[in-house]
Amino acid sequence: MIEEYAKLFYEYAVDFGLVLLGLSFLLTTVRIIIGPTLPDRVLGLDMLTSVSIGFIALIGINTGFTLYVDIAIALGLVGFLATTAFSRFILARGQSGDEDSLESLPFRDPQGKSSHGTRGEWGR
Amino acid sequence: MTAFYHIVEGLLIVGGSLFIALAALGLVRLPDLYTRMHSASKAGSVGASLLLLGLAINSESLPETLRAIAAIVFFLLTAPISAHLLAKASYTVGYNLWPGSVLDEMSRSKPTPGASVAESRSQQEFYTGKALEPAWRREKRIAPPKWSDLRKK
Repeated sequence: MIEEYAKLFYEYAVDFGLVLLGLSFLLTTVRIIIGPTLPDRVLGLDMLTSVSIGFIALIGINTGFTLYVDIAIALGLVGFLATTAFSRFILARGQSGDEDSLESLPFRDPQGKSSHGTRGEWGR
Repeated sequence: MTAFYHIVEGLLIVGGSLFIALAALGLVRLPDLYTRMHSASKAGSVGASLLLLGLAINSESLPETLRAIAAIVFFLLTAPISAHLLAKASYTVGYNLWPGSVLDEMSRSKPTPGASVAESRSQQEFYTGKALEPAWRREKRIAPPKWSDLRKK
């Protein structure tokens, strides 16, 4: 009796997890596309690596095909090295002037001073 | 016993995928690079680690379990390093915090060139903790002795 309910819960959990992981792939890709600056895109790439590792683990649970765990380890290594190399690149490149995104933010300064368009206290 | 394993694996799968989905939602919705990093690097790595833990419980043979645990350890070791390096690089280069940020504790090491003298002085008082104490207490407090005064005595 309880075995059947546990198996049913397990199958629904696998389906739920697959749906949520697909959704998070989509959201991360949206951030990579619209990300206003380069570090946002690098962060999206890092997040994409971790979502892929989770996806590989979930496929391994679902199908019992655990060969891909080695690939998950290698993917983690490659993602770490890619983020490190991109950070060094950001550090070496400097900030390009046209991608400061503060002017396009839909928020207001909570102190009441409007910081839209003025590069005063917050600008560099 | 199979029911117990199934329930534990189901809970790990649901928890891990919820962590990853919330990390992706925060990655889209949060206003700033640093807040996005706060969402993505912590919650994302925890979610992937929970899913790998579910795989480690699920697999029957010992080498696959050990491999999944090695993947968890490796992932939890490298994710904070890469996130810290990315944040440090982008802060050093000069990507800004969003205007609603309350405190920027590293800005004392980076004096803003455009700021006026009074503003930078008030920033300095704020960071040394003097701005928060009221004026009457500041006047009543005994000033710390200076070496030049001690030498005169």
